[in-house]
Amino acid sequence: MSAASPTAVQGAASPTGAAGTKQGLKLVLKVWRQGARGAPGQFETHELQNVSTDMSFLEMLDVLNEGLIREGKDPVAFEHDCREGICGSCGFVINGQAHGPQKETTVCQLHMRSFRSGETLVIEPFRATAFPILKDLVVDRSAFDRIVAAGGYVSVNTGSAPDANAILIPKDNAERAFDAAACIGCGACVAACPNGSAMLFVGAKVSHLAALPQGQSERDHRALDMVAAMDKEGFGDCSNHLECVASCPKGIAGTNIAQLNREFAKASLRSGSR
Amino acid sequence: MVPMVQDAGRSTRLDSKEPSGPIADRWSQHKFNLKLVAPANRRRFQVIVVGTGLAGASAAATLSELGYKVKALCIHGSPRRAHSIAAQGGINAAKNYQNDGDSVHRLFYDTVKGGDFRARESNVHRLAEISTQIIDQCVAQGVPFAREYGGTLANRSFGGAQVSRTFYARGQTGQQLLLGAYSAMMRQVGSGALDLLPDREMLDLVVVDGVARGVIVRHLRTGAIERHAADAVLLCTGGYGNVFYLSTNAKNSNVTASWRAHKRGAFFANPCFTQIHPTCIPVSGSYQSKLTLMSESLRNDGRVWVPKAKGDRRRADQIPDEDRDYYLERRYPSFGNLVPRDVASRAAKERCDAGFGVGETGMSVFLDFRDAIQRDGEATIRAKYGNLFQMYERITGEDPYKVPMRMYPAVHYTMGGLWVDYNLESTVPGLFVLGEANFSDHGANRLGASALMQGLADGYFVVPATIASHLAGRVLPKVTTDHPAFAEAEGAARAMTQRFLDLRGTRTVDSYHRELGLLMWDECGMARTREGLAKAKARIAELREAFWQDIRIPGDAENINQELEKAGRVADFLEFAELFAEDASVREESCGGHFREEYQTPEGEALRDDENFCHAAAWEFQGQGKPEARHVEPLTFEYVKLTQRSYK
Ligand SMILES: Cc1cc2nc3c(=O)[nH]c(=O)nc-3n(C[C@H](O)[C@H](O)[C@H](O)COP(=O)(O)OP(=O)(O)OC[C@H]3O[C@@H](n4cnc5c(N)ncnc54)[C@H](O)[C@@H]3O)c2cc1C
Ligand code: SF4
Ligand code: FES
Repeated sequence: MSAASPTAVQGAASPTGAAGTKQGLKLVLKVWRQGARGAPGQFETHELQNVSTDMSFLEMLDVLNEGLIREGKDPVAFEHDCREGICGSCGFVINGQAHGPQKETTVCQLHMRSFRSGETLVIEPFRATAFPILKDLVVDRSAFDRIVAAGGYVSVNTGSAPDANAILIPKDNAERAFDAAACIGCGACVAACPNGSAMLFVGAKVSHLAALPQGQSERDHRALDMVAAMDKEGFGDCSNHLECVASCPKGIAGTNIAQLNREFAKASLRSGSR
Repeated sequence: MVPMVQDAGRSTRLDSKEPSGPIADRWSQHKFNLKLVAPANRRRFQVIVVGTGLAGASAAATLSELGYKVKALCIHGSPRRAHSIAAQGGINAAKNYQNDGDSVHRLFYDTVKGGDFRARESNVHRLAEISTQIIDQCVAQGVPFAREYGGTLANRSFGGAQVSRTFYARGQTGQQLLLGAYSAMMRQVGSGALDLLPDREMLDLVVVDGVARGVIVRHLRTGAIERHAADAVLLCTGGYGNVFYLSTNAKNSNVTASWRAHKRGAFFANPCFTQIHPTCIPVSGSYQSKLTLMSESLRNDGRVWVPKAKGDRRRADQIPDEDRDYYLERRYPSFGNLVPRDVASRAAKERCDAGFGVGETGMSVFLDFRDAIQRDGEATIRAKYGNLFQMYERITGEDPYKVPMRMYPAVHYTMGGLWVDYNLESTVPGLFVLGEANFSDHGANRLGASALMQGLADGYFVVPATIASHLAGRVLPKVTTDHPAFAEAEGAARAMTQRFLDLRGTRTVDSYHRELGLLMWDECGMARTREGLAKAKARIAELREAFWQDIRIPGDAENINQELEKAGRVADFLEFAELFAEDASVREESCGGHFREEYQTPEGEALRDDENFCHAAAWEFQGQGKPEARHVEPLTFEYVKLTQRSYK
């Protein structure tokens, strides 16, 4: 790993009208740079001056990139879209933590007030066998979609649904289903897991649908098929480190993993031959 | 150069295909009259769905269930990341589960009136009818809507409605609805019936013999330019709010797919109809990359106010009630804090412009939960809005349980879009437009919780029926990607990419986008004037010139190149913006979200001109650098009487 020549970039520090009263941060960034899938990568060092504490982490990277482009260099590629913590596009590792230091917060919602002046931030992509690095901080998480395609749904064709209130669902069950359904598919759980396991992600979907009457008829198949798809994609096994739970920006509970194990065991028993 | 307008007047090119007869029967009758494609024949037809937000995902899933061959494309790495995921507040449906007097007719009425009489009655009625089926479908998919203790669905009132018809899933309704549609789509992908192509950006529409027959896309991860042929193309590519740079839209939302289809013949309707949402977190600095919405549902319990005295710098909790101006309650006693978005936004701007705004910049108003917390307790408020309060605190570092939120309006939604007839077909036969990308149902102002409803209505129920009018109604000779039209479109796309890479200028794409955004906000935002719009048009043209001289795109086109992606989108925004300003200047009236300062009542409310502007304006591209032609679709109101909106 070679460190590229440090680049000093001036951060846009004084918010309009805020009269520049707040003192900006001085930061050293060590950012993973990798040209393409399978290409060798290395950390590159950049210094930022006067970073406003009101900026989000991604806005800080925007400022870095503006400077890099003006200098004729390649900007740091990272995925993002909503910048509201809901689309699951963003995500990388800051100082060893997926999505950085703030609990239950995606990097797009992380603000620079969480850091101190003078800090060095090591920024690198989610690393997992099933998530190949495509460029810099961008990884391929399409394995998640293939797992969902294997069974993360209720089979109901458009137009064939009964009146919505014909299916009564106790409030607590609906809330439990929602808690699990809140997963944004960011993949931090996989990146945080020493084994690169996707159990939290899969557990969340299986638990969401298992908590609802609509999910019952395909319950067994769903657990078996999603687990099979997960294995096929090269995700690792779960050995209960629960690093996934600690890194999850949406507070998806570890009980979802236990539930997935139960669902899978019951379904295997019932299906016998599978 | 400022293009001149040619007013083509009432256009024979705009056949709305609106059915006649009693409004409540129109959709059923129309469906009955539509041609059908027999189940065994459907697999012979290839349909391309561009975009996998609520509109695209629901359409792709449903068409695939019906047996059509479907390809779904999106710019995201996963279809679940579409902008729809961010919708917070809820989705309307005329279920009347609360027994509070709601009905299909009332939802229809509210939507026509809320849109300030600039939408087609037949479309709106159909939307209201379909609304109830949407909820049934979503519940059956396992969407975890909020429920009462008895197990029935819960509702709340939302965005200027006087009944409780909004279904919601905490503050993440869009997420849950999209995951429902996404799962339906992924089921089709899993069974091999649907071809999912993520990481693809549509760069052009391919038109053969006047009919949409395919698309040119760029694979955003490999840089490959691909051709895809089809018998019908569905654009479900969302709204163009990011022409303002700062908006509540996701960063990748763009006008590119619509704009390039426009240049291939699809008329663009009412581009100036944009919605400014009243409650967003104010701008904090020049680095600001987007704005965050705080759901309208907050106005059910939060009270909006500013100090009565100019420049009152006391902390909010130090300002006693008698020194507070609850200006919405004062101006609109019957709707109070729940007036529609356009009204609430303008009222906030009026107070701030008059010097009563709060916060460091003076460009915000308070949204205060003090009274609600006293009345219902913090736990209740937390249960209702916990995630929103948390999001606010993360962004601002302030605790809204203790100090009032500070809010300012921000660009949020675009009612304008590609013109479509009642079948959702554009002026290019075979090109259908769904969701926020079309112009149809919201007129000049969209009511809260009705975009999700419209996107899903279009995708689950409307297009699956109406597409047959095209597939079974026209002779569609076989077209492959070898057709010269594909080569021509691909060539144009490649040439544009090369031009970007060759520029090697000095400024970033974002810097131009920001500059455009500021200009649009100042001159084409909440209040517009003849002079301001003229200035905007001239300035946009200058900016565009400079952009095409001076941007710098690092890297090449053979890999992920996010600057290159942005360049294409901003280039389109820079062309589109001029049409936007043109549309706003020609529409010499105020209606809904389009507020022309010259046209207001003595109380400062929007003053419509039904005599001259009770129509949709649809613009026809006539060649690069040439003025666009303005066509007119007159609107008639048979069921909701044209009246001045009043929320007093
Ligand atoms: C913060 C926020 C909150 C909201 N809350 C509500 C609410 O509570 N209730 C409500 O009714 N409405 C709400 N809205 C509005 C509503 O979310 C949107 O209008 C709606 O989701 C749009 O859906 P869509 O399917 O038309 O487009 P989108 O969801 O924007 O999807 C567009 C799709 O097109 C794809 N795409 C775009 N460009 C291209 C291209 N060039 N090539 C290929 N693919 C492309 C994208 O990948 C994406 O899949 C909210 C909006 C925002 C911003
Ligand atoms: S479980 Fe949590 S960490 Fe894993 S994908 Fe879902 S939201 Fe992300
Ligand atoms: S950008 Fe959408 S979750 Fe971070």
